[in-house]
Order: sequence, then C-alpha cells, then structure tokens
Amino acid sequence: MPSITFTLNGKKTTIDASPEMPLLWVLRDVLNLTGTKFGCGAALCGACTVLVDGEATRSCVTPLSLVAGKRVTTIEGLSADGSHPLQAAWIAEQVPQCGYCQSGMIMTAADLLARKPRPTNSDIDAALSGHVCRCGTYQRIRKAIHRAASAPKRARPAPTTSGGGA
Amino acid sequence: MKTTTLTRRDFLKHTSAGGAALVIGFTLPLELFGQQAQQPPPPPNPFEAWVKIDTEGNVTLICAKSEMGQGVRTSLPMILADEVEVDWSKVKVEQAATSPMYRVPGLGTGGSSSVRTSFTPLRQAGAAAREMLITAAAARWTVERDTCYAERGEVVHRPSGRRLAYGALVADASKLPIPDLATVPLKDPKDFKIIGQSLPRTDIPSKTNGRAGFGLDVRVPGMLFAVIARCPTFGGKPKSFSADKAKAVPGVRHIVEIPAVGPGAFSAGGVAVVADNTWSATEGRDALEIEWDRGAHASESSASLSEKMRELAAQPGKVIRNDGDADASLETAAKRLEAEYELPFLAHAPMEPMNCTAHVHADGAEVWAPTQFPDWNQRSVAQVTGLEPQNVVVHTTLMGGGFGRRAQADFAVEAAQVSKAVGAPVQVVWTRDDDLQHCFYRPASHHRLWGALTEDGRVAAWKHRMVSTSISAMWSPQQNKPEGSEIGGASDLAYAIPALRVEYAPAPSGVPVAWWRSVEYSITCFVCESFMDELAALAKVDPLEFRLKLLAEPRQVTDPVDPEGTPLSTERLKGVFQLAAEKAGWGGKPPAGRARGIAAQYSFRSYVAEVAEVSVNGKGEVRVHRVVAAVDCGRVVNPDIVRAQIESGIVYGLSAALKGAITIRDGAVEQTNFNDYDVLRMGEMPEVEVHIVQSTEVPTGVGEPGTPPIAPAVCNAIFAATGKRIRRLPIRAADLV
Repeated sequence: MPSITFTLNGKKTTIDASPEMPLLWVLRDVLNLTGTKFGCGAALCGACTVLVDGEATRSCVTPLSLVAGKRVTTIEGLSADGSHPLQAAWIAEQVPQCGYCQSGMIMTAADLLARKPRPTNSDIDAALSGHVCRCGTYQRIRKAIHRAASAPKRARPAPTTSGGGA
Repeated sequence: MKTTTLTRRDFLKHTSAGGAALVIGFTLPLELFGQQAQQPPPPPNPFEAWVKIDTEGNVTLICAKSEMGQGVRTSLPMILADEVEVDWSKVKVEQAATSPMYRVPGLGTGGSSSVRTSFTPLRQAGAAAREMLITAAAARWTVERDTCYAERGEVVHRPSGRRLAYGALVADASKLPIPDLATVPLKDPKDFKIIGQSLPRTDIPSKTNGRAGFGLDVRVPGMLFAVIARCPTFGGKPKSFSADKAKAVPGVRHIVEIPAVGPGAFSAGGVAVVADNTWSATEGRDALEIEWDRGAHASESSASLSEKMRELAAQPGKVIRNDGDADASLETAAKRLEAEYELPFLAHAPMEPMNCTAHVHADGAEVWAPTQFPDWNQRSVAQVTGLEPQNVVVHTTLMGGGFGRRAQADFAVEAAQVSKAVGAPVQVVWTRDDDLQHCFYRPASHHRLWGALTEDGRVAAWKHRMVSTSISAMWSPQQNKPEGSEIGGASDLAYAIPALRVEYAPAPSGVPVAWWRSVEYSITCFVCESFMDELAALAKVDPLEFRLKLLAEPRQVTDPVDPEGTPLSTERLKGVFQLAAEKAGWGGKPPAGRARGIAAQYSFRSYVAEVAEVSVNGKGEVRVHRVVAAVDCGRVVNPDIVRAQIESGIVYGLSAALKGAITIRDGAVEQTNFNDYDVLRMGEMPEVEVHIVQSTEVPTGVGEPGTPPIAPAVCNAIFAATGKRIRRLPIRAADLV
C-alpha cells in the first residue's frame, strides 16, 4: 500500500492506508481523531466537514489520495485550546444540544468567515444549508456566527493559513 | 463476580478511592414504558443515584440519566446543588454505569420525565447532605444545632460568625445517620439560588472542540468495526449467502451470521462483516452475495396499508371515550362536517447513526452504548450472550440525538452477538440507510372525524375514529390495549363538547413501530387541532376565540386511556393559548403575504401553544417565517434549557410536517438517506420565540411537548393564507395549487 502524506492540524502525517479510503474513516478509525463525525456517508448532512487547504470539505466522500500534500484541519485543530472565536461564540450562544453535528457546522462556519468576515443571513443560509442538525439549533448557530464575526479581529486565528494548533 | 448488595460503605470504596466522603444513595422513580418492560429481577440494592461530597467540598452527582442533548447533565445537578447549598462551580455530574452498584431497573431516560421525576428526590438527597453537615459542625463547635445554618459550601454559627467549609466536615458527617429522605426539611423555593437560573450547560465546551464522547467515538484496545447486512423486508432473514468476495476485501477479518431476536429487543439479525475499520466493513458488506428469505411481510406497501386503514376506519372501532350521544347529535345538527386525515410512518434519524461497542468474554461483557435505557440494554445483552445480567456492565455514552430511537436495545444486542462470535471488542456501526430502513417508526395512521355545530356556533358533537399501526399491539400484545400509546390527545380532548365519541382500531402491519418524539401527540394534535380549525371556519369564528369559548369553564380532563394519569387543566391550556397569541400579535394584521395559525397541546404534563406565521407561493411552496411558542411546564429549573428544548421540538415537528415520510414498497422502506428523507435546513429555519409561563407548579416535561402543536399551527396558517385544508402529512405543494 502506498503511503500518503499530508499536513494534519499543522503536523506532517504519513498514512499507510488504501488511497480510496474516505478521509473521514482515516481520521476516525486509523488516527482515532474522532471529533469529525459520520452522519450520512454521502455528503448530505455536513457532519464530517473538515478544512482542506482552508476549504470546507466533506471528508466522508473525499478519498485519502485527494488530500496528499494538502493541509487538513479538523475540529481538534481549529484552535489549540478551544478559543477560536467561533468556539467561544458557540458557548456564549449555548448552541449545541446533542452536539453531534456541531463540529461540521463550526468548520463550515470557519471557512465562511475566512471568505466573508461579515456574513449576512443569506450568506449563512447558503454556506450551511448543506448541513443537518436534528436538534434544531439553526437559530442559535446563526446568532453565534454573527457574534464570532463581530469579535475583535486580532483574536481570530486564521485556520486557512496556519492550520491551527495541536 | 456475583450479585452483591451494595452498602454505603461498599459504594464509598468504589467511588472515593480511600479519601473520606459523605455519600448518600437515593432513587429516581421511573414511571414510563412500565407496561412494556419485562418483569425486572429484584433490585440488588435500593439505590440508583448517589450524591458524594469530598474533603475538598466538591459535590458529585452520580446518576444514570442519559444526555441526548436535553441538558440533564446540567439541570439535574443544578437541583441538587441548590439544596446542598453550594456554589455551582463546586458541582459536577458523573454518568453511572449499570453494575451491581445500581438498582435495576430505574436507569431510564424518556417520556420527558427526567426533571419531573428527579426534582424531589434530588432535593431530598441534597437536603439530607446539608443537614448532616450542619449537625457535624454543631457537634464540632458543641453549640445548639439550630444556631447553625448552611451557606455557599460552609456551615455558619450564627451567634459567633464562625464558619467551617463542607470539606472539613465530611469525615464527621459521613459517620452520622442519614436523615429520612421523605421528611428532611427542604428549602423554601423563594430561597432558591440556582434553580431558575439560565446557567450555561456543562457539556457545551466539549461539544465545540471535538472532545465530547459519543457512542461512535468509543475506542477500546484491539477493537474491530462491523456493519450488518439486514434483510430489507421486516421479519426476513438470509436464506443463503456467499462471503467469498467480501472476505477478499482488504481489512475484512470475519463474516458472521447473527440471528434476529424477538420481543424484548426486536433486532433484525443478518450477516455481519467485521473489519479493521468501518470503511473496510462497508466495502465488505457491499461485496456480500445474499439471497434473502423475505418473510411474511414482503408484499406490504404504503398503498396497501393505506387502503387497509381506510377500510378499518369505515367500521366502528373500540370505544375509548363516549360522552353524550355523538351519533344522534350529528344527525340533528344545524351544520356538520366530515373529514379524513392521514399521517405517514416517520423515522427518528438522529444525527449519530445507531451504534454500540461491546466486548463479550467468558465471564462477562462490557458494553459502551449511546442509550436511553442502559438497564434494558444490559438485560438484552445478557439474554443473547447467556451471561447473568449483573455480569454485563453498560457504560452510557453521550448520544448524538435520541428522540426515542435510543430507547431500544437492538443495537446493543447486535454488538454483543458479533463480539461474542469473533471473540474481540467490536463496534457495530449503522450507516444512514440502515438507520432509515431499520428504525422503529412512528406509527402510520388514518382518521375519520365528524363534527357538528349548534345554531350559535358551538361544537355540539365530535366523533373521532382512529386507525394506526399500534405500538402497544407490537410491544405488549398480551395486554390487549392497542390504543395504549396511540390516542392520548384525542381521548383527553380538552374542549367542552357535550357529545364526544373517540374510537380506535389497530391496523395489521409488519413495520416495527415505537416511540418517536412526543409519541401519539404529534399525531393526535395535528388531527384534532386541524379539525377544530375546520369547525371554527365552518362557524365563521376566529380560531382562537372559537377554542377559548370551548375552554371557558375551568375543568380537569382525565385521559380514559390513562385514568391514573395527571388530568389536564383547561385553565393552564387556556393560559398558553393566550400567552402565545398575545406575543404573536394574534388579531393584528400579519406582515404582507403571511397568515397565522394557532394550535396547542397538553402532553407529558406540560402545556404548549404555538402560533405559526407562514406564506404560500404560487407553486404551493410553504415558507414558515416565524413561530411563537408559549410553554407552561411548572417551575423552571433552567429557562434557557427549556427554551432550547421547545425550539428543538418545533424544528423536529416542522421537519416532519414539511418533509417527513417513510414509505414502504415490496415490504421494504424506500428512503435511504437525507436526500429522500430530508429535514429542515438552515435556510428554512423560521424565527422562533419561546415564552415561559411563570409557575410554582411541579416541574414537568419539555423534551417532547414542543413538537405536537407545530404541524397543526402551520396547517391552520396555510388555511388562513389559502383557504386550502391540509389533511395529510407531509404538506405537499401539489395539495396547495
């Protein structure tokens, strides 16, 4: 099996696994990095979203081979200590209920804020309508994204360039 | 390992690692699904929850209520902390595993009952601890006990102002007798400091950084991953299969057939593919060649079921309620109306697909399950492994949603069967199509209603005949009470109607059914609150005014299906109608292009009314813009958690009303994923406001009661907007053009 190398949360990582194995299962079952969630396996719910070179990507349909040489950021790497403005805003707005979909929501929101630092409600709808939350936290997610967008800029690390800590 | 009766001393040994601690065991009554549960074995000890205070003054609540997003890991310790009289920062909660340390049964979470049933026991346990600490301090100081009081983690001697921290008192306090929990003095509610506050949830930080541990996140050394090929039709099984191609898939280790398990678990059985990782397991499953024996229900379809239910509804059913003479009154009425309503099967589709990790070995089993009912999992695993229940330990993980689906034991049974067969720890993973195609669905139902008005526009008669694929007929056929979990909400209709007849008949079906968020109320509330709206329109009276007239006289209404249950109060129902209407601006003009509808329901001892503001475009597409909810759930422990739960219930019900249907063809479910079982998305989210009635009544449920009123509120608004009445769910654009 050929080994595949990519940068995972800022660290160079080499994996011996089938190049066809979806990144989701590489993260979860091979690397035991379980913050990225399995929800549908078909890019229909967004629970598995990670950043690949800064872009929100459904890891459940992304073969490992496609991330060779790229930078992958998961929820564990968004900040070293959970202090990313989105994470802080998620806590301030008391967003999660069961919490299962929230890793994916936060990663897509991070991509959105990197592209549009002051998103409108329509921007948020467009970015996140590929995600499913069965607890119905959408209203609080919207508020949390606006809150993070108005957080002082210097406090916001840019996951798209640094890949976060840890 | 053998059954032991755990004493306080034993418990201490298990939990305090040598250090002194004050420990009190207590019970949390479980009053639901009692009729479905099997006869439990006698309890090995009388407790299933414990409070522990250590020498640092930290207070730990150890209990087995499951966290599925409803906030029990915050609301329950809040109740305890207030009564112990300690700062919130000193309190934590630990998930109890099933073990001989805990009473079986009693470890269940469902029926929107956690706060309701735990409120008093938690207060009593907290008060007992507080009183013991005060007694210990008074003895230490050799002062009169009643000159001392507790305040923020310390006992204070009032005359001298001396203070002793709880931590310094636990060694002495733990030697004192535990006061009688039934008579221990409780705080005056006006002195509550924590109960009633919107404290941030304790579990939220871990749900923003990937650290929260759900069932699928369990990792055990040496574990394997499995998926199971189940017969697409209900009750079918493999006739023969070839594993050759599957075995050739890299990473696949074992292929084992597991049998179906009947009543008690109702697991489907099938062919399990066990591999090094989930992906290899699913690839292996795709390569299996299986010939199925499709079983007795292979010809069932939604169309055939629908026809069967309509036939059954054409004849009288079992009479559940019969006030006055509805038939005679319908004959002679000034105005009358007849309608048929139909609702589909629904799947719960929690975000985390079903899963369970089990390690079965010769003398015991360890199970890690995202479960609402760990003790039921324990008994079911014992049943299929031949182990004694006390040798099965179930660790409850966080759940990525429950909604009633995780009240089941099928996933635990499968994991235990596969682990036992391969002799290794195994995580059984369900894919989304497994989840949608092998659920325990909300029943499908068909309803006929007849209503009559008096000359002055009141309801003279109401007759409701309901047919559904009964939960009770499947789970407890011996009780011969198929209406048991089907008709509440219709049978205890709150409105004052002189002639009221409610009938029920079960429909035969092979589709497994069980408890879907709010159980029967999501069905009956849609039907009754829609038909009530139809009668208001016939009477040409405002729908709210029409309802309030029928609730004018204060009454208590008992549900004939559950005569021992808490009767509903029409006054409190009226209260939520009025609050929701006021906050929504009912009676005022809605924004251009929009119309409003209202509905309310009493369920799980709580009262919820909702006003929906909707628009319908020329293509028949419905947009819900705003929902205003009013909830009366008695005394509120954490208002923000209550608001979150009602918001959640509304979205859950909206998904069902706008999109949800599980359909059957050739005995199998047609839906496979979120493409054909879609749910509400961000762009469709209405603005939701939740208003809470201030109350000193006992706390009641909030996990489920937000769901029932939303479908009728939306459909009543659609009627107000278009004049078109929705009588079957989900709402279809074709019905609105």
